[in-house]
Amino acid sequence: MYVYDEYDQKIVEDRVKQFRDQTRRYLAGELSGEEFRPLRLQNGLYIQRFAPMLRVAVPYGLLSSRQVRMLAKIARDYDKGYAHISTRQNVQFNWPELEDIPDILAELATVQMHAIQTSGNCIRNTTTDQFAGVAKDELVDPRPWCEIIRQWSTFHPEFSHLPRKFKIAVNGSTSDRAAIEVHDIGLEAVKNAEGELGFRVSVGGGLGRTPVIGSFINEFLPWKHLLSYLDAILRVYNRYGRRDNKYKARIKILVKALTPEVFAERVNAEWEHLKDGPTTLTEAELQRVASCFVDPAYQALEDQDAALAQLDAEHPGFARWRSRNVFPHKKPGYCAVTLSLKPTGVAPGDVTDKQFDAIADLADRYSFGEVRNSHNQNIILADVEQRQLFTLWGELREHGFATPNVGLLTDIICCPGGDFCSLANAKSIPIAEAIQRRFDDLDYLFDLGNIDLNISGCMNACGHHHVGHIGILGVDKKGQEFYQVSLGGSSGRDASLAQILGPSFAQDDMADVIDKLINVYVEKRGEDESFLDTFRRVGIDPFKERVYATNH
Amino acid sequence: MQRIIKDGKVVNETWHLLGKDATLDGMPNCDDLIVPLSLWREHAHALKARDGGLGVWLEAGEEIEEIADQLEHFQVIALNFPAFTDGRHSSTAYMLRTRYGYKGEVRAIGDVLRDQMFALKRCGFDAFAVREDKDPFDALKGLDDFSEVYQASADQPLPLFRRRQA
Repeated sequence: MYVYDEYDQKIVEDRVKQFRDQTRRYLAGELSGEEFRPLRLQNGLYIQRFAPMLRVAVPYGLLSSRQVRMLAKIARDYDKGYAHISTRQNVQFNWPELEDIPDILAELATVQMHAIQTSGNCIRNTTTDQFAGVAKDELVDPRPWCEIIRQWSTFHPEFSHLPRKFKIAVNGSTSDRAAIEVHDIGLEAVKNAEGELGFRVSVGGGLGRTPVIGSFINEFLPWKHLLSYLDAILRVYNRYGRRDNKYKARIKILVKALTPEVFAERVNAEWEHLKDGPTTLTEAELQRVASCFVDPAYQALEDQDAALAQLDAEHPGFARWRSRNVFPHKKPGYCAVTLSLKPTGVAPGDVTDKQFDAIADLADRYSFGEVRNSHNQNIILADVEQRQLFTLWGELREHGFATPNVGLLTDIICCPGGDFCSLANAKSIPIAEAIQRRFDDLDYLFDLGNIDLNISGCMNACGHHHVGHIGILGVDKKGQEFYQVSLGGSSGRDASLAQILGPSFAQDDMADVIDKLINVYVEKRGEDESFLDTFRRVGIDPFKERVYATNH
Repeated sequence: MQRIIKDGKVVNETWHLLGKDATLDGMPNCDDLIVPLSLWREHAHALKARDGGLGVWLEAGEEIEEIADQLEHFQVIALNFPAFTDGRHSSTAYMLRTRYGYKGEVRAIGDVLRDQMFALKRCGFDAFAVREDKDPFDALKGLDDFSEVYQASADQPLPLFRRRQA
């Protein structure tokens, strides 16, 4: 992974010093709450329902075991012993004291971590595929590009007060596991006919109150021009994005208002001034950054298909786990393993300090000392030897990471919701738990196959409900918490936005509602037809009829 | 007398900033004036004929392109921040310095606070009329928040990746 040099380290340390002084001035009354707000937000610090929430940046989801141990320490020393993996691959602490934040940042800086731009109206953490660098279907490793974008976006002087938050995602694989089309900018690394590297550039995608699938405005941007082109997009947005209404301030509204074609013309006009300037990337810089992401010292191994099949036969639990939580690897004899953070009874994505320590230890012993957070709120050991899989499985079970549900209905993406978040209209964690309890039959879950169920506690859509095959949105109706259900969303390459089923439901009815939806799927599906495909074929009406039927 | 930050020092203000509804009536001939863009639009000729110094100020939504070919008439271009969180004029300042080669004073006015000044300086501002209820000497410290930066901007023609290799 990327390792800081003296420059990177200096910038992060300067930030700690700056924020320490900002916090001091706020506590001393020199900065008003209103003045401090954007400063703390740009450092990932929210004032929440019960305590501040600190969102720590995990650039493109990548963590070393040393960093994971630091997260454990912070959870233990400054919080209530746990943290939460967010849908932007970051880590959130729910119970720190405001006065402690500068010390927490100083501790993070010792392991090359920070909370820079994890909130606020600025360029946020760039995200990517959790299987970057190891996926079989990968064409270009997105991680060096994410790092190059991270450095460009960190304290970008011109774009530190944008109309609204700004999210960039990069994908380099045939499948899109980074959901790039629902980002403000989505970058797909591609090669042209001459074998040269470039990017397809999508703009104006996003979730939130007005979900939009992005529009591709450039089919091939040569890699050297990546940063100057991003500068051009951001400048057009910074100058012309709406600032009069925060609900219309995302770039998607500007792109829509201008049309993608006109927006692209504006970007190109701006880019004319910047192209080939000093921000043009150099071969040397690409090499410098890419050298941090070369393959670890893989051994020459062979795939263990026969041995694993034998273990499958002897241990049905292992077979089950392997079929859901193990992902193929580009190297023979290796695989990537997803640690499910979605056992029933635990808030989706929550990790305790002891579990963090255990994960760091597992990473050291099984996966070259590195892990990744996924936007699905799980943790991945990306480089596991297949011959160690069975032993690893045993260890994962001890620590509660072996729930064999990755990609299944109970692998729910879920925001912290009304239990923690002051923006939320409704709780989301209890809904997730009610659904997990209802669908506790693993055979049935396996039979249902891949179903993305995403829950957001409000229309800010941190739980990505618009792109769930089943989406659930918490709404407030006259002070009561209700839940709106939508169907047919997808964040993959065939990205689509979910359609709203109809009037919302009370909390106690949610498990029944999901049950009915699943029953419709089971009745209507063809052989091996997924929930999403079935929905796309039969449409929303059969689901609607079943759920809203009286006396069925 | 108001004090402003200029070139990293607190100095006494010598310019008069005229409000949005300013007219030519009774305008002193010799004072140094920063006039609203609307007044310049209407009376450029008369303003150029005065003996005193001339500057112009722009609202956050006013575009620098409008006066890009008239910059030689202004010793000061002041850019107004209706709120410190409104970043539009960061782009304006950057364009003034890098695209239009403007060498005069680029001044931040309005809701100008210490914690934005480092980035503003990077974009090309060299003068800050810090909000009146704030101490300009305290604000001065904001100019030194960081000792290293990643991007090229008006203050640093080379991004860190080009300097790293040197």
